[in-house]
Parts: sequence; structure tokens; C-alpha cells
Amino acid sequence: MFITNHRGFFFWLTGLILAGAVGAILFWGLPLGLDFTGGSLVHVSYENGRPALADIQEQVDTVSLGVVSVRAFGEDGVSLRSRTLTPEEHTALLAAISTDALATELSYTSVGPALGSQFTNKALWAIFAVVLVIVLYIAFAFRKVSRPVPSWGYGITVVAMLTIDLIVPAGFFAAYAHVTGAEVDSLFVVAMLALLGYVVNDIIVIFDRVREHLARNEKLGFKESFEDTIGKSIDETMTRSINTSLTVVLALIALIYFGAEATRNFALVMLVGVVAGTFSSITRSAPLLIPLAKWFDRKN
Amino acid sequence: MTRYRVLAVFALIVGFLLIYFVWATETNPYSAYRFKLGLDLAGGTELVYKADMSQTPSGERADALSALQGVIERRVNLFGVAEPLVQTERASALSGTTEDRLIVDLPGVTDIKAAVAALGETPTLDFRLVAPTTVGTTTAVAYIATGLDGRYLSSATLGFGSGATAGLSAPQVILNFNAEGAKLFEKITSENVGKQLAIFLDGTPISSPVIQEAIPGGQATITGQFTAVEARDLVRNLNFGALPVPIELQSSSAVGPTLGAAAISAGVVAGIIGFTIVALFMIAWYRLPGLVAAVALVEYVAFMLAVIKVIPVTLTASGIAGLIITVGMAVDANVLIFERTKEELREGKTPREAVHIGFQRAWPAIRDGHLTMIISGVILFWLGTSIVQGFALVFVLGVLASFISAVSLSRVFLLAVVPEEGSSRFWGWALHSGFRFRATTPYPLPPTT
Repeated sequence: MFITNHRGFFFWLTGLILAGAVGAILFWGLPLGLDFTGGSLVHVSYENGRPALADIQEQVDTVSLGVVSVRAFGEDGVSLRSRTLTPEEHTALLAAISTDALATELSYTSVGPALGSQFTNKALWAIFAVVLVIVLYIAFAFRKVSRPVPSWGYGITVVAMLTIDLIVPAGFFAAYAHVTGAEVDSLFVVAMLALLGYVVNDIIVIFDRVREHLARNEKLGFKESFEDTIGKSIDETMTRSINTSLTVVLALIALIYFGAEATRNFALVMLVGVVAGTFSSITRSAPLLIPLAKWFDRKN
Repeated sequence: MTRYRVLAVFALIVGFLLIYFVWATETNPYSAYRFKLGLDLAGGTELVYKADMSQTPSGERADALSALQGVIERRVNLFGVAEPLVQTERASALSGTTEDRLIVDLPGVTDIKAAVAALGETPTLDFRLVAPTTVGTTTAVAYIATGLDGRYLSSATLGFGSGATAGLSAPQVILNFNAEGAKLFEKITSENVGKQLAIFLDGTPISSPVIQEAIPGGQATITGQFTAVEARDLVRNLNFGALPVPIELQSSSAVGPTLGAAAISAGVVAGIIGFTIVALFMIAWYRLPGLVAAVALVEYVAFMLAVIKVIPVTLTASGIAGLIITVGMAVDANVLIFERTKEELREGKTPREAVHIGFQRAWPAIRDGHLTMIISGVILFWLGTSIVQGFALVFVLGVLASFISAVSLSRVFLLAVVPEEGSSRFWGWALHSGFRFRATTPYPLPPTT
């Protein structure tokens, strides 16, 4: 019952991590990518080695395209980010950066501003919808549990947990983006939504055990403090919680080290989210029910 | 026991067949079941257009959109692309207004400028006389321009008249010309009775009716050998020979072939390594059940690949990532079950009982956990863009498949090998987990009263 006995410590630790994550988001911000703001992104590679970035920037500036940021991309490539380009401007840009050495275009993405703002809208709605549906489902699945915490109490606990579980990887990404220049893209949203679905899985296993113990105790007329029930449930499910996350972590590490460039940031955010989410499910989800139970007790 | 052994052998055979199917269809370059690769892997261009429906009455929007799709499809085909894909999408932007989009996928094309130009140019509708010319022994068909084109057509309508088959009315396409066109049409028809007058759309002949007689009055009827559906489509194409609604390029993306090829090989390597370490971990930790889970995982992967081929799901880099992640998640239910089995063993149950009860007790958590994952996957799919959907589809399929593989395959395999009676030291060892960090004394059961 290590965790329930020291839950004060874990709540504080959570507070600290959360403060760090929120701080990172507020301080550095989450730089929004093309999918949200609209704009164009060109990746090119130079077969005989990349010319100096300053030279490329100079060549880019000969075409009037507004502000174009030029960054190194991979070994001998360059990525160029600008406002939404027309097909003609895109061709002109490619010609400009090929004046000294031939640039081969690896990929080109251009998103109109209208589409970008729509995606932002949709992404926020999707996250909201997933959380709502999960809460409703939990409240339904635990409908037979009423004491000492009513079933919707489990739902509310899950919302609190999921909020934290999203803020931590987002905070990590804010710091990561600050260092590497990565941007929030649609895959980041995918990572967030997939995390919501996955992390709640861990919470459910622990809650399921609590549910089972409560039912058994009631049937057998066995008196046990709610705190003990929770502590027992966490201990019994701990190996399982760690092991299932470990297998996902192993798969994600393989994806980060060996997988495609396009999904690397995505896998990294997933990795941080899964580790943080598992930690939070084990140390906080069920312990959070204890103060909730006390509150309901006082109310009655 | 015998029943489970038969089932286990059956499951293994199905597994081998699935692996064979995946292997055989992938090594055969002509197979219809090869993996369909998305543009980010195969290389190519995706263009997203917004259809401006502000001038179109709301009742005709669906028609206009499908006509637009038809026009663009014809132009794409002219552009000479293998397996192009033109899709329409009605997106409601939650603000209450719907937006109609046209998504054009051009595999292998990386010149966006040329593609945009080819799709955006105004289409041509024109009428040409068919002149069979005999060169030696072969008869070639030559077309002679008449000067009559889409500018003179005021509208086309669908009609039904008495056809070749007595008693049945045959669908007809009625062309209405404007005054100038009517004069021109009368002149052409009077001079060429008995000849075929071909109708060209975007440079392709779509119908070649025979001129029966001189036609005054600016109305022509095409009584071809077509069905009602064909006639309706022809009317639509004629009316919408030009783009029925203005379109505006909203987003475009192009991926060169090198980047895509690198993404594929990286995905394959990551998949194999990810699978291997997950399987090794399961065997090292859970011993016999772990081995069973690893076998079930092989079947899971074979099944997923087969499903992706058969549906077919278009694979993208994000889809491959989704597949690799679900390999890690697929053992989730197994871990739940095995941990539960172990607990039952500690309480003194025989191995077989423990396995049975372990599955039973783990069920509610497996059900709730998988359902919430499926819910989030479905909402992800609704989010839309192809990158997101590529992941979401694989994710949902993976969760479903892992659900089935854990509660059926692992169970069948495990029950096929765990002995009926008694518990030897060997089975106690085989069903326990591999490493012990601390003495795990189970909490005592509540006393029965």
C-alpha cells in the first residue's frame, strides 16, 4: 500500500511535474504548424552537400515571398517554411534555391489558411468529444458502484487524470520544439487522441479492481476502509500496468530509432505520454478517489 | 482438452494460411492484393480543392458536386496518371456551414504546377463529323471539326421516346442550341445526312449518333443504345461540360519517390525490431503464457496485414506507426489475463482452473479498456485529413483484432497445452512470471461468514 500511504507525496510530485509542463507551454508556447496556420513547407536535398544556409536564404529572398524560414533538414537537406504559395511561386522558389547547386524536392506541402483554421477547430472538438464520451462510458460502466463514491465520481476523476495526461506530453513538446524547432502538426493531435484512449485503459484496470473488491466486500459483509481497498487494488494491478505500458514503450522506442522520419516526433510524444500516463494512472487515479470519498461522506 | 487442441491446430493452420497469403500476394507483382501505398510512401501529389457552391441552389449541390467529380476525373485521366483517385468530401465545419471539397490524388506526379494547370483548364465540348477513311485494307476513323461547340449549347435534357424495342420507351438525350447554334446545327445536319456526328468532351468522343435528317429548330435528339443511367450521365456531362461550380485550390502536397521509399524501409525495420523485442519480453517475463502470447502476436500481425490488403486500407507512414504501436498494445489483454491467472495460482487453484478463471476475471477490464480505445479511434477518423485517417483506421482495426486474438487465440492455445489434472512443479514454474523483485504475498481473501 506504498502508494496510498504516500499519496500526499505523489500529489505534490504531480503538482511539480504539472507546473513544469504548464510553465514550458506558457513560456515557450506550442508552435503551431502548417496544418493549423496554413502555409507552405518545402523539403529539398542537395546531392553534393548542402550549401551554407545563409546563401540559400539569400537566394530565397530574391523571390518576394514574405518571410521564409530556412532550416537544415537531415544530412544534406533544407526545409523552407513560408506563407501559402501559389503553384507559380513554388516553382520560382525551387528555381531560386537551385542557382548554385541543384536542389531535389523531397516533399512539398501547402495548406490554405482557411483549411488550417478549420483543422484547429476540429482538433479541439475531437479532443473534447473523446474526453466526454470516455467519461460517459466510465460513468455507465461503473453504474453499479455507488458507495463510497458514486459512478460519476469515477468519471470526474478520469477527466482530471486525462487533463493532466495531456498537459505533460504537451509541455514536453513545448520544450522539445524550443530546442529542435519542431512544430505541432496533425500527427501531434493524433498522438494526443491516441493517448487519451490508451491511458484511460490503465485507469480502467485499476478502477475495475476497485469495483471488484467493493462488490466482493459487500457480498461477504467484509468491512474494510476505502483507503485499504484502493491500496490493495493498486498493488495487485501494478505489475500489469507497468508491463502493458512497457510493451508499448518497447514498440515506440523501435519506432523512434528505426522508424520513418515523418513519425519520429509523433512517436516521441506518444512515448512521453505513455510513460507519464502510466505513472499518473498508478500513483494518482485511484488515490484521487480517497479525498473524493471523504467529501461525499461529509456531504451525507 | 481435445476440443481445445483441435481448435489450436485449426488456429495455427489459419495463421499459416494468412502468412502465406500476405507473402504470396506481396511477392506477386500482378496480385490485386498488394499493399496500397499512400502518396507519402509511394510518392505523388495530392490536391484539395474547395468547390464554391455559393451560387448553386442547395438542392442541386449534391448533383453539382458529383458532376464536378466527373469532369475532374476525365481531366485526370487525360493527364495520364496510373490509378488516380478523385474523391469528394462534404465537410461541416461545425459552424453550421458545410463545405464541399474535391480531393485529387495523383500517384507518381510531383510537378504540382503542371497538374494544377491540367485540372484547372476550361473543358471543351464540340461536335465533329465522323469520316471513315479506308487506307489499304484497314478502316481508320477521322474526325472533321464542324465549328459547333459547347458555346452554342444552351442546355441538355433527358427524355424518353419510343425506341427500337416496341412498347418500351428508350431514354433520349435532347440537346437545345441557342439561336446561332441552331442555324449552324441545321446547316451541318442538312449537309451530312447519314453520317455520324460525334460529340467530343475534353477531346474524347463520348457519343456518335447518326444524322437521320436535317434538323431545324435548334433541337437535336440523341437516341443511342444507352440505358437510362447512361443517358442521365450524358445529360449531366453535357450540362456540366464546363466546371459546374468554380473551384479553388486549398491545399497541395507532393512527396518525391526517395522520401517515400526511405519511409517504407524504415517502417519495415522498425516493425520487425519492435515486434521482436515485444515478443522476447513476453517470453522472458511470462514463460509459457508469454510464448503463447508471442504466437498469438504473430497471428495478430498476419491477420492485420491480410485485412489491410483485403479491405484495402491505404498505408501511410502514420498507418505503419499505428500498426507498430498496436503490436505493443495487442499484448495488453494477454498481460491482464496472465497476471490474473498467476493470482489464481497463488490462491491454490490448479493450473487449468487458474487459466479459466484468469480469463473470466480479466474480461470486464479488457472490454472497458478496448471500447474506450475504439471510441477515441473512431473520433480520430472523423477528424479527417488523410494522415490522421491513415493512423485511425489501422488503430481501430488493431484494437479490434487484438481484442479477438487475446480472448480467443491465447485462450485456446493456453488451454490446449495446460494439463487437465493436478499441478506439478513444472506447470507452477511455467505459468509464473520470470523475475521477482520482491516477495509477492497475496492479500488475504476476506473471511467468509
